[in-house]
Amino acid sequence: MEAYLDNSATTQAFPSVCDTVVKVMSRDYGNPSALHRKGMEAEAYVRAARETIAASLRVSEKEIYFTSGGTESNNMAIIGAAMANRRAGSHIITTTIEHASVSNTMKFLEEQGFTVTYVPVDQYGVIDLEALEKAITRETILVSVMYVNNEIGSVQPVEAISQVIRRKKPDILFHADAIQAYGKFLIRPRRQGIDMLSASGHKIHGPKGVGFLYVKDRVKIRPVIFGGGQQQGLRSGTENVPGAAGMAEAAREIYKDHEMKIDYMYRMKERFTEGILELEGTKINGPLLREGAPHIVSVSFAGIRSEVLLHALEEQGIYVSAGSACSSHHPMPSATLKGIGVQKEYLESTLRFSFGAFTKMEEIEYTLETLKRLLPVLRRFRRG
Amino acid sequence: MHFHSFMIKYAEIGIKGKNRYLFEDALVRQIRRALKLVEGDFRVVKEDGRIYVAADSDYDYDETVDALRHVFGIAGICPMVQIDDLGFDDLRSQVIRYMDDMYPDKHITFKVQSRRARKNYPLDSNGINAQIGEAVLEAFPQIRVDVHHPDVLLCIEIRQRINIYSEVIPGPGGMPVGTNGKAMLLLSGGIDSPVAGYMIAKRGVVIDAVYFHAPPYTSDRAKQKVVDLARLVSRYAGPINLHVVNFTDIQMAIYEHCPHDELTIIMRRYMMRIAQQLAEANGAAALITGESIGQVASQTMKSLAATNEVCTMPVFRPLIGFDKQEIVEIAKKIGTYETSILPYEDCCTIFVAKHPVTKPNLNAIKRSEYKLNGIIEELYQKAVETEETIWIETEEQSL
Repeated sequence: MEAYLDNSATTQAFPSVCDTVVKVMSRDYGNPSALHRKGMEAEAYVRAARETIAASLRVSEKEIYFTSGGTESNNMAIIGAAMANRRAGSHIITTTIEHASVSNTMKFLEEQGFTVTYVPVDQYGVIDLEALEKAITRETILVSVMYVNNEIGSVQPVEAISQVIRRKKPDILFHADAIQAYGKFLIRPRRQGIDMLSASGHKIHGPKGVGFLYVKDRVKIRPVIFGGGQQQGLRSGTENVPGAAGMAEAAREIYKDHEMKIDYMYRMKERFTEGILELEGTKINGPLLREGAPHIVSVSFAGIRSEVLLHALEEQGIYVSAGSACSSHHPMPSATLKGIGVQKEYLESTLRFSFGAFTKMEEIEYTLETLKRLLPVLRRFRRG
Repeated sequence: MHFHSFMIKYAEIGIKGKNRYLFEDALVRQIRRALKLVEGDFRVVKEDGRIYVAADSDYDYDETVDALRHVFGIAGICPMVQIDDLGFDDLRSQVIRYMDDMYPDKHITFKVQSRRARKNYPLDSNGINAQIGEAVLEAFPQIRVDVHHPDVLLCIEIRQRINIYSEVIPGPGGMPVGTNGKAMLLLSGGIDSPVAGYMIAKRGVVIDAVYFHAPPYTSDRAKQKVVDLARLVSRYAGPINLHVVNFTDIQMAIYEHCPHDELTIIMRRYMMRIAQQLAEANGAAALITGESIGQVASQTMKSLAATNEVCTMPVFRPLIGFDKQEIVEIAKKIGTYETSILPYEDCCTIFVAKHPVTKPNLNAIKRSEYKLNGIIEELYQKAVETEETIWIETEEQSL
């Protein structure tokens, strides 16, 4: 049996997404900027994709920009907002548990003379609103917070964050990194007071290499990519037509019977956490069951190095991730796990299990059985 | 300046007496192999005790020189201008043009060294030296002669055609691979073992390699890293047969039955036994390791002796007297360093005791191994039998 429980790293595409991508690449392959019919056809795909994405957020299609993925969306939002508001101030606020595509962008801006405050989170990985309020100064121009944390699945109170900001200094821009949230939650940027929102195609069973950034009407940001002036000059470059169309198809699919799908995920999560806690020497990191995202469970296994357990599970056809897959090129203690106060001996013993639209309850049961079998064996062979 | 050919200088082959042709033929073969990776048509010819590489098509100079710098046995690569013999006046003007192109800054000293292989040429070599020297001095007033330590040694060889060269690009030295038998390299993912393989291959030895894989304690990425390292070494050493041995069960058995401070030594003894058996089966006559005295607990002199005790074949340890920094420098030079430092565990670092023995007692080690009797034989057999062989070759990158 195979159990792919690494859906926060990436997902298998929906069959309809594959069909769409193939159709666009082989039949409707025109350049959307071309004046002839082939160009018109391609443009129609981009427009339709933009409408679908906009509808999923209840925003205007003019507010959606296609990018090369989540990382670019985050870069574009943060750098773009910082550069556009330089004269208003040079202070930015974020949290201690952001993804590298945010935290390393912040580092870059610090080199450019901006000041960044990193607001801490509690043991469940949720932002400290008081600390946020205190951090806001007259210089603050941007707050960037990740909607759902990719390692432990904590969900930030975006509305409350927005209210804190509006109360203290209404002209601060609020960016939400929703890469792990889009497709899992109903997101309503207008109602929730979000000015910019990043998402990615391949986390929702769409193609890799495509994402989008929502930028609220009348919010001005500077482009970070220059060229032929596509997408209102904010993101030049020929639109990734198959990517955008594929991502829109994935969004349509994932938000169909959404409540039912999410409920099934929560039930799997419930069963999984319950089964995990029955095993000896295990600990779940982050938020309580229903307070966290439906698809992410972070588990520490006492006395077992995560890499070893990961490969032992791999041999049984179970695919999971150690910490966050995007950062596994540099095995170092995860900032998120440190941020929520996970003890040192658990930092290197943590795995992330993440579910997707294709995950079945049987895979959960199979994983629990396998863990039950493997843990005692692996604990017999410890280092040192 | 555009060169059409290169003269290959070789050092040690020159002293190999009657076997000389074997070494030269091997060098020609290795040069041809290396040039297969380069875009263009090349002729490699052996002529008058020299090896020439001539380009019959357009080619990239840097790429070609880089390929030649990976061929053991080459002491120097001389980019050469080759002209037809149209009389001495023509030669004189060609040499002046050559000097002008090669040395835009004329504040140099030089010396002419000519060879007249074709004895019917009207001038003898002294005559050529004098007349060409004079012509160069006349053409470029800033240039001076220095017969003892010239900046530029201008070589002119009169053969059927005439060769003009003055630059010698150092090659890697050593002897052509294939002239000195075959040895089995114990290749881990670390910095040292690829360097050890490189150094022995440099002596003309064909390399086979063995890697001990320990899933799930080592990942497929760690294995891929070893494959990548073998490929980098093969740019010098030629194709490598990489034997991947699944070592997990043996490691577990040792862990369960032997004292933990002796784990590494006992594990290494089993690795040597398996490596030796694979060497015998594959026609290799020696083992190669990247050990260096005292680098880690398993490489103290006593530990080396305890490991060595299971081997009947010679074990080559070319890095034995090297400091880590010296090894790192070679690794950087041969291009394996960046891959070696990728952070994947190899099986040596997994089951390491906090305080491994540094002065193992051979009798104690043997007593510990005795406890494995009845268990280890089957595991050993299985490890050898399930060995996976990967043929590693630097492939032509053509699209």
